[in-house]
Amino acid sequence: MNVRSQISMVFHLDKCIGCHTCSIACKNIWTDRRGTEYMWWNNVETKPGTGYPAKWEDQEKFKGGWEKQNGKIRLKSTGKGRIVTNIFHNPHMPSMDDYYEPWTYDYQHLFNAPEGPDQPTAKPISMVTGDYIDIESGPNWDDDLGGSPVYGKNDPNLEGLTEEQKLQLFSIEQLVFFYFPRICNHCMNPACVASCPSGALYKRGEDGIVLVDQKRCRAWRSCIAACPYKKVFFNWFTGKSEKCILCYPRLETGQAPACFHSCVGRIRYLGVVLYDADRLEAVANLPKEQLIDGQRDLILDPTDEHVLEGARKNGIPDSVVKAAQESPVYQFVKVWKLALPPHIEFRTLPMLFYVPPMAPVMANRKNGALNSVSDNLFHDIDDARVPMRFLANLFGAGQEGKVAYALRKQKAVRWYRRAVTVGDVDLETAERMLREADCTIKEAMAIYELTSLCTFEQRFVIPPMYREKALEALRDPHEVKQSAGFGFLSGPRRGM
Amino acid sequence: MAFLFSYLDMVLFAALPYLVLFTFLLVSIQRYRLQTFSFSSLSSQLLENRRHFWALVPFHYGILVVFAGHLMAFLIPRSILFWNSHPLRLYVLEVTGLAFGILTLVGLLGMVARRLGNSKLRVVTSRADAVLYVLLLLQVVSGVAVAVFQPWGSSWFATSLAPYLWSLFRFQPDLTYITGLPILIKLHILNAFIVVGLFPFTRLVHILVVPNPYLWRKPQVVRWYGPAPRDIA
Ligand code: SF4
Ligand code: SF4
Repeated sequence: MNVRSQISMVFHLDKCIGCHTCSIACKNIWTDRRGTEYMWWNNVETKPGTGYPAKWEDQEKFKGGWEKQNGKIRLKSTGKGRIVTNIFHNPHMPSMDDYYEPWTYDYQHLFNAPEGPDQPTAKPISMVTGDYIDIESGPNWDDDLGGSPVYGKNDPNLEGLTEEQKLQLFSIEQLVFFYFPRICNHCMNPACVASCPSGALYKRGEDGIVLVDQKRCRAWRSCIAACPYKKVFFNWFTGKSEKCILCYPRLETGQAPACFHSCVGRIRYLGVVLYDADRLEAVANLPKEQLIDGQRDLILDPTDEHVLEGARKNGIPDSVVKAAQESPVYQFVKVWKLALPPHIEFRTLPMLFYVPPMAPVMANRKNGALNSVSDNLFHDIDDARVPMRFLANLFGAGQEGKVAYALRKQKAVRWYRRAVTVGDVDLETAERMLREADCTIKEAMAIYELTSLCTFEQRFVIPPMYREKALEALRDPHEVKQSAGFGFLSGPRRGM
Repeated sequence: MAFLFSYLDMVLFAALPYLVLFTFLLVSIQRYRLQTFSFSSLSSQLLENRRHFWALVPFHYGILVVFAGHLMAFLIPRSILFWNSHPLRLYVLEVTGLAFGILTLVGLLGMVARRLGNSKLRVVTSRADAVLYVLLLLQVVSGVAVAVFQPWGSSWFATSLAPYLWSLFRFQPDLTYITGLPILIKLHILNAFIVVGLFPFTRLVHILVVPNPYLWRKPQVVRWYGPAPRDIA
C-alpha cells in the first residue's frame, strides 16, 4: 500500500441553480488576461446539451482520455510513437471555433455617437482581433435549452436511447434539463499529464492538484487533445497551456477555491481523501463496468489502522489524516455512495464526484404528480427510464444501477425527513423506503445534515498544506536574508 | 575589384560565421536562463486549425529531411561520395533532396499565406516572425534553385562545402573551397548564417527544446515539495 492524499471534490447537482456565479468568480481571478479571455476553467452546462467546447464528450471526435488496447491502457490521442507525427499538427485539438471567439462591446460608441434619429448601439468587438464581429456562439449558449434541436438533441449522452425515448425527452411539456458545473477533475490518472511531451504537467504529490509548469510548457498542445473533459486550455497569446489550479494559493492559506466559496446553491464540497497509489494502474485498466467500484476501492478508509500506518510511513501529517477523517467527500463517495464520477469510462479516474440530480427524474412523471403510494416505492425513479439511461451515460459508465442506487437513497432520505417534519406521509413507509434504499436512519440524518444544513466548515474541510514548512526543509529562509531586496517581477509575455 | 571581393569574402565567410555562432550560443543560453518562459513554439493551431495541417506538416517533414541531408553531407562526406559513385544512386539522392525541398517550399508558402489571410493570425504575428518568414523563404527558395540549377549538390557539397565548414570548426577558415562558388550558392550559405544568428531571438528556439525525455519517462509525473514518500521509507 502506497498511501497518498488528495484534495477531492463533490458537486451536489440537485442544488445547482445554474447561476454561473462560480464561473464569474473564477474568471475574475484567473482568466481575465490576454489570451485567456475564451477560457472558462469553471463552466456551467445545461444537460442535455452540447456543452463547452461543443460536444466535448464525443471522443470519436476529440479522442480524449484512455482506451484499452491489448490488455493495457493507452492514450487515445497520442503516445510515444505517435508524438512524432502529432507534434507539428495535433489532429484532435479543438480550435477556437469549438469554444467561441471572445468578445466585448464598443461601449464608447454609446457616448461618442453623433446625434441622429436612432439610439446608438454597442456593437460586439472580438477580443482577439479587436474587429467588429458577429457573435455566433458563446460558452453558455445552450443555457436552459435542454429540449432544443441544436443543443439538447446533439448531446453525446443520448447514445443508447431509442427514438421513442428521445421523442419523449424532447416533446414539449416533458422537457427535462439540469445544470452541470464543471472544473478540472484533478484526476488520479490524468491523461493531460501522461500526454505532455515536455513533462510540463504534473500532479502535486501532497495534495494531488494537477498543474502546468509554465516555464516547461512549449506549446506542443498534447494535453489539450488528451484531456477528455477539455479542461486544459491553450493561451494563444503566451503560447502556453493553462488550466484550473484549484485555487492552490487560496487552499494553501486555508480558503476554499473561489468557485466553491462563491457557490450560491452551496452545492460544492471539498475534502481530503487517502488513496492507494500502488493499485492505480490496475484500477484504470479494469473493465468498464468495474471502474466505479474499483475507484471507490482505491479510496482508503482514513480510520483503518493499516491505512493510518501507511500514511505515517509516507510522511502524511496527522493533521491531513484528521482532515481526511472529517472529509465530506469521503462520506458522499465511499460511505454513502451518493456521489459518482463523471464519465469514468474515459479512465482518468476523476476526483470530482457528482451527486446525480433528483429533479429531472421526478419531473418526468406524467401529470407532474409524485404518487408514491404503490407497492414499489421507487417506481417514479425506475419508470423514468429516459433520464436514467441518460444519467447513467453521464455518471455511471453506462450502468443504470449505480445512478439508481444514489437516486433511491436520496429519495428515501427526503421521504424520511418529510415524514418527520411535515408528517403527511407515514413514518413506517418512510422507514421501509430507507431500508430498501440501503440506508439507516442514522445515515439518513447525516446525509440530510450535510446536504441541507451544512456550514462552511462542514462543506470545506481544508487540510493545512505545510507548504512553507516543505519549502523550509529544502531551503532556510534566513539564507536569503539581507541578500534579496525588492526587485522587478516580470509578467508572462509572448516570445522574446 | 578582385581585392575588394576577397575582402568581402573574408568578412562574410570567415568572420560572420563566428559572429553568428557566438550570438547563437550566447543568446540561446542566456535566454534559457533568464527567460525560460519565452521558450515556446507559439503555436497558432488554436486560432486556425485546417490550413495549419496543410502548411505545417509538409514544411516540417520537408525541412527535417533536407536538414538531415545537409548534416550527413557535412558529417560523412566520404560515405556520401561513395554512395554517389553509382549514377543511379546519385539520381535517387538528388531527386529525394529536390522533392523534399519542394515540399518544404510548398509548406512554407502555405504558412505565409495562412498568416496573411487570417485576421486572428495577424494578431499573433510579430515583427520577428515577419523577418523570420522572409529569411526562411529566401533560404528555401535559394535552396531549391541551387538544387535545380547547380545539380549534383550531394557530391559537390561533400567535396567543397564540407571541408570549408570543417575548416570553420577547426578555427582555420579556409576560403579556397568556396571563393569560386556560384553566387546562388553563396547566397544560400550567407542567408543560412543570418538565420543561425537570428535564431535565438525568434520562435525557432523551440527546436532547442524538442521533447526527447518523453520517450523514456513514465506516463505520470508527480512532483513533491518535500521528499517523495518512497525516499522516506
Ligand atoms: S480533468 Fe483533464 S485537465 Fe484535469 S486532471 Fe483530468 S485529464 Fe487533466
Ligand atoms: S455557483 Fe453553484 S449554484 Fe451557481 S451555477 Fe455555480 S455551481 Fe451552480
